[in-house]
Amino acid sequence: MAENKALLSIENVETYYGNIRALSGVTVHADAGEIVTLIGANGAGKSTLMMTIFGMPRARSGRIMFDGKDITQLPTHEIARLRIAQSPEGRRIFPRMTVQENLQMGASLDKLEYFDEDVRKVFDLFPRLKERINQRGGTLSGGEQQMLAIGRALMARPRLLLLDEPSLGLAPLIIKHIFEAIKELNKTTGLTVFLVEQNAFGALKLADRGYVMVNGIVTMSGASKDLLANPEVRAAYLEGGRH
Amino acid sequence: MADVQTSNPESNFAKAVKEGLVAAALALGLFLLIVGFRTDQNIRNELVLNQRWGLLAIFVLVAGIGRFLLTAYVTPWNAARALSKRTVAAKEAKEQSAFRKSFPKIGLALLFVYPFLVIGTLALYNGSMMGGLQGSLKYVDNFGIQILIYVMLAWGLNIVIGLAGLLDLGYVAFYAVGAYSYALLSSHFGLSFWLLLPMAGIFAALWGIVLGFPVLRLRGDYLAIVTLAFGEIIRLVLINWTVVTKGTFGISGIAKATLFGIPFTPGPGGFANLLGLPNSGVYYKIFLYYLILLLALLTAWVTIRLRRMPIGRAWEALREDEIACRSLGINTTTTKLTAFATGAMFGGFAGSFFAARQGFVSPESFVFLESAIILAIVVLGGMGSLVGIAIAAAVMIGGTELLRELEFLKHIFGNDFTPELYRMLLFGLAMIVVMVWKPRGFVGNREPSAFLHKRKLVSSEFTKEGHG
Repeated sequence: MAENKALLSIENVETYYGNIRALSGVTVHADAGEIVTLIGANGAGKSTLMMTIFGMPRARSGRIMFDGKDITQLPTHEIARLRIAQSPEGRRIFPRMTVQENLQMGASLDKLEYFDEDVRKVFDLFPRLKERINQRGGTLSGGEQQMLAIGRALMARPRLLLLDEPSLGLAPLIIKHIFEAIKELNKTTGLTVFLVEQNAFGALKLADRGYVMVNGIVTMSGASKDLLANPEVRAAYLEGGRH
Repeated sequence: MADVQTSNPESNFAKAVKEGLVAAALALGLFLLIVGFRTDQNIRNELVLNQRWGLLAIFVLVAGIGRFLLTAYVTPWNAARALSKRTVAAKEAKEQSAFRKSFPKIGLALLFVYPFLVIGTLALYNGSMMGGLQGSLKYVDNFGIQILIYVMLAWGLNIVIGLAGLLDLGYVAFYAVGAYSYALLSSHFGLSFWLLLPMAGIFAALWGIVLGFPVLRLRGDYLAIVTLAFGEIIRLVLINWTVVTKGTFGISGIAKATLFGIPFTPGPGGFANLLGLPNSGVYYKIFLYYLILLLALLTAWVTIRLRRMPIGRAWEALREDEIACRSLGINTTTTKLTAFATGAMFGGFAGSFFAARQGFVSPESFVFLESAIILAIVVLGGMGSLVGIAIAAAVMIGGTELLRELEFLKHIFGNDFTPELYRMLLFGLAMIVVMVWKPRGFVGNREPSAFLHKRKLVSSEFTKEGHG
């Protein structure tokens, strides 16, 4: 596909935990304005790929390009400063800090310059967070924590938003709300979203394109429509319960 | 102790009796050889075995009756209290916060008038002004200054542990760096206290960075071990580098601090002489008291300011989740180093003050126990809480000082009893009691540094480490 247009391109990346290879020869890209999803079972290496983009752990070989710049060896905080934001696996919000303080941490790149403006946008997207503004992050419900994690990522004014399993452990209604919010963001602001999901059906419905990962290898890729119709994908991830 | 069964008082009583007997039997087994027998040398240098059945009986009875009372009364009482507390929690929280809001102000005002309060009281008691001045020495020095030094040290360590979440067991090293910086530079170059105070802070901060670099990638227990080793290294260097530090002899005759160039010496030109006051050593002590009070308040003020600034916010976020921090674009390297350096700097200030106050420094003052006590104060007070830490310092340091005065116990336990020996035992017991009673410290609440409409304390029940 059009290489030069890609905002994020991951080329032949291999990542190890000690001697165990978690990713082998992964090549994935996301164009500007796209929603791309990576689906796969537990332990396939989806989250590893997401953390590898941030250099935690670092790719042992291969290349990660963002907006034409090689970020493979960049320190994590400098990768974040290129306006890549993530809502990581397990949300990782700051539990003893309030919702507002969590959001402020997200906006620390710009030293809170656009805080008031951006926080309004986040509250429009997730009105629940506004009600909880002075509440400690750790006391929020799972869904609210997920909203906070996404909201915190958005406060950094990202060009690329990485979402790791935003649907994990949440009620179907809340998943629907969060997915709608992502779609809305993408449509109104043209934000590029890279979504890692186990909930294959929901993710493929949301995304423009998708990748399927098995044991650290990307086995299939294509337009979401095609993947949804693909018998192999259906058998492995979709049949036996729609989420 | 966790099970709460108060429905049947009779079975509870039986249970208490049973547990009391078990505890007594355990105590008997445990203390039979340790307490029941004692080997002494007689006049011919022979080892004789003395039997101390009376003492053993006291130990066993204390264990048995204590356990009985605990099971029969204390545990049900606690459970009932917890139950009633939950129902009136909202009301109580309101009352508490009103008290809490004014507590720091009242405490501060008391601290500022404390020396004069002591002098006034003692003057009335002794019937003469001079008696009041001399009598106040002990209270201003042993209690006031001593406690405030630890308040300042604990507030400094609080930046590293309470805010940034970096467990530092070698904090006393920075205290030592500050003290020796002042001691050496003032005795070799004759520099004044006011010049050396900031310099000592800077030196300590540099050492903080030196410690910070190798431990950047460590956390928790690993970090604790390395910082512990660092503290010991500094102490051993002070002992063995005799050319510079004079080793265990220490450095004596360190110059005293002056009040803007006015020395606190008797005779013409001295403080007492200039103001036409009678000569007394107490002015210097009072001066030192206010000096350490101001230094401690500086520490608190800086901590409060920093918490509202990006760097303080970053420290707290670092304590909560380092990975999330990094992926938000925060440079965790500089964040950690600034935490170490800032904490160390206040340790350095306190150290140079210590040297000026004592007039003598030796490596003996900077042993691991000091680090442990400072850490204990931070933990007991509630990590991150300035007021809680101040209370903990007053209780722990003031308490151990008070224990020096327990001469009256000799009348009860006989002349062989030396209350000083039990100071550390009581210190430890007090710590256990506090940790059982308030596991998050005296003030376990974390006050948000940013709020929208009104302040709302984050209850200590929720302020556990880790993910929500």
